[in-house]
Amino acid sequence: MNYSSLIIVLLILLGGGYLLGRNKARAIANQGMTLHSLPTHYGALVALWTGLPPLLLLIIWSLFEQQVVDHLLVAQLPQQIQAGSSADIQLAISKVHNLASGTGLSASPELQPAVKHLQALESRTSMLHTGLILALALLGLAVTWRRVQNTLRARSEVERMVRYMLFASSGIAVLTTLGILASVLYEAWMFFGKVSIIEFLFGTSWSPQIALRADQSGSSGSFGAVPLFVGTLLISMIAMFIAVPVGLMSAIYLSEYATSRIRSFAKPALEILAGIPTVVYGFFAALTVAPVIRGIGESWGLDVSSESALAAGLVMGIMIIPFVSSLSDDVINAVPQSLRDGSYGLGATRSETVRQVVIPAALPGIVGAVMLAVSRAIGETMIVAMAAGLAANLTFNPLDSVTTVTVQIVTLLVGDQEFDSPKTLAAFALGLVLFLVTLVLNFVALKIVQKYREQYD
Amino acid sequence: MSIIENHQTHGAPFSDSPKLTARNVGVYYGDKQAIFDVSLDIGANEVIALIGPSGCGKSTFLRCLNRMNDTIDICRVTGDIELDKENIYDPKMDVVPLRARVGMVFQKPNPFPKSIYDNIAYGPRIHGLAHSRVELDEIVEKSLQRAGLWSEVKDRLHAPGTGLSGGQQQRLCIARTIAVDPEVILMDEPCSALDPIATAKIEELIDELRENYTIAIVTHSMQQAARVSQRTAYFHLGQLIEVNPTDQVFTTPEHALTEAYITGRFG
Ligand SMILES: Nc1ncnc2c1ncn2[C@@H]1O[C@H](COP(=O)(O)OP(=O)(O)OP(=O)(O)O)[C@@H](O)[C@H]1O
Ligand SMILES: [Mg+2]
Repeated sequence: MNYSSLIIVLLILLGGGYLLGRNKARAIANQGMTLHSLPTHYGALVALWTGLPPLLLLIIWSLFEQQVVDHLLVAQLPQQIQAGSSADIQLAISKVHNLASGTGLSASPELQPAVKHLQALESRTSMLHTGLILALALLGLAVTWRRVQNTLRARSEVERMVRYMLFASSGIAVLTTLGILASVLYEAWMFFGKVSIIEFLFGTSWSPQIALRADQSGSSGSFGAVPLFVGTLLISMIAMFIAVPVGLMSAIYLSEYATSRIRSFAKPALEILAGIPTVVYGFFAALTVAPVIRGIGESWGLDVSSESALAAGLVMGIMIIPFVSSLSDDVINAVPQSLRDGSYGLGATRSETVRQVVIPAALPGIVGAVMLAVSRAIGETMIVAMAAGLAANLTFNPLDSVTTVTVQIVTLLVGDQEFDSPKTLAAFALGLVLFLVTLVLNFVALKIVQKYREQYD
Repeated sequence: MSIIENHQTHGAPFSDSPKLTARNVGVYYGDKQAIFDVSLDIGANEVIALIGPSGCGKSTFLRCLNRMNDTIDICRVTGDIELDKENIYDPKMDVVPLRARVGMVFQKPNPFPKSIYDNIAYGPRIHGLAHSRVELDEIVEKSLQRAGLWSEVKDRLHAPGTGLSGGQQQRLCIARTIAVDPEVILMDEPCSALDPIATAKIEELIDELRENYTIAIVTHSMQQAARVSQRTAYFHLGQLIEVNPTDQVFTTPEHALTEAYITGRFG
């Protein structure tokens, strides 16, 4: 049985288990006995025991099936392959898989025993698999249904199982993050085995070209990431230079000055900006803004490259405005009205109140919002890739083309790559830097925001 | 749709030496009328207590007297209110000096998230009352002394005002109001968030402040009205029912509604 029909059968069993459990509980209640829990709790309990164990088995099975099967296959391979390197064995195994499923290209008679074995194995395991899962489901249903009695504490048992399920889900989220971190750390460590960490962090020349053949000349590659850090910093600074004042002032306008009518359409309109895909911003930057900047620059006699940090930074700034404004708007609104009243009551004007009472009171929250926006800017890729170019120039001139950490990660990994070449591994080292920087920024921002919340709650 | 048709305020709503005079004041929140045709004088150097059941419009009326209602979009005020014979709703009237002359203390202490010193210095700074640091220091010290807070905070003037106790915070807010040297102080239930000891201190303070200021105080505590005020005004569903000397209101109320309220039959 294939997966989809198996899952449909399981769902039917689950629904049946629910109804059976609930009806049995109702029948008990109708005999005049008081139930410990509601009939629906009994139904849910039966359903959970019907569905969960097979689900677990399904997951474990699919995790380990491949390994077990391959292990069994190795024994069927010809002697000389078995004696060979692990890479050869891997290759032979995948050939066997292809032949068995009929997609293999080369007929390899020496692999035939293994192919036969695999086909036999697959038909047997598939039956075993289906049988085991259905048996487990039915067993769970039957046992739990029998346990349904007026004294069974179904509610607390269901609650407990729900808690475990929720715990498992959050566990998966945390473990995945840790897994990603571990893999990035490992690959970065491999990279630092080939390129010194000092050169990476402080080197000023970035040209990650690696010789494709050992005898190719003059292309050992250099991995000094400083131009990327500077490029990222430059573009983020330009973006924040736009986004912070504009975002903050529009937040102040919306929360302190605008009438509720204006507010009711200006706020959603601003938030639409946040919904535009970054790739759209990207070609807006590359095709509209960059040429305009170039034109203006040339009319002033300035030398502007057609892809400039300024174009990317400006557009990124526009993209981040709603981010800053809606977060700041929230913190400004959270400043208690009583503080404003106190200030007005002393004869302060609206702008005095905003400047001297509202903003200072909201400042920690605003700082938090800005920090989150910065980490957003640092992580942004698309706009920069399209509008600022790929040239790793070490420059602070916003009219030059620069590149950023994220863009380089993309270019390093696009196309066919060897997984252990420094060029590929460099992407992981850059990723690690990016991860650490945004982690620190987010952490600081959250701390600040939290501190602010405590002050007024 | 006032409750009592053709109602005339009972007692003596007018004063011989009025500081603030309100005539035929009506207040609307959108379409809803909250105050109906209220005429009342607040005499110079007197403490007048505004009492009445919750929602009867005490705060609304009080907030008319320094145009705090301007900060509420939907609020509209009709009638005349004069401060020293000057119409405060005149379009030529500037609310900034008005609110400096008619200060306000709120129900919940609302110190700014600044130091104690800066809380007091806030008003004088925005109105340019001090010409030097020394003068500002003097204003801060004098205001804190008047509010009876100086001895408690003189060693920590630069600590945050939000770190004080509730009662100290409220006295800080009173000191902050005094610092701009107002003529009238409006207080909206200034003690409702405080314990009896802090309340007693503030009541003592109000009694002392009466020498120099005119005070209107909203309160839910009839004992408090009796202790601090010379006259009491009773509001009911947006109408001013009765105004009389305080001891008379609490011993021999003129109007049946007033009597019902002070004997605790509603409110
Ligand atoms: N901002 C506002 N918008 C709309 N209606 C309001 C507003 N403020 C007050 N009101 C209404 O005006 C009426 C009087 O309210 P007000 O706050 O003046 O009563 P109060 O006598 O101070 O009551 P309390 O003793 O509970 O403070 C109430 O019916 C209230 O619902
Ligand atoms: Mg009130």
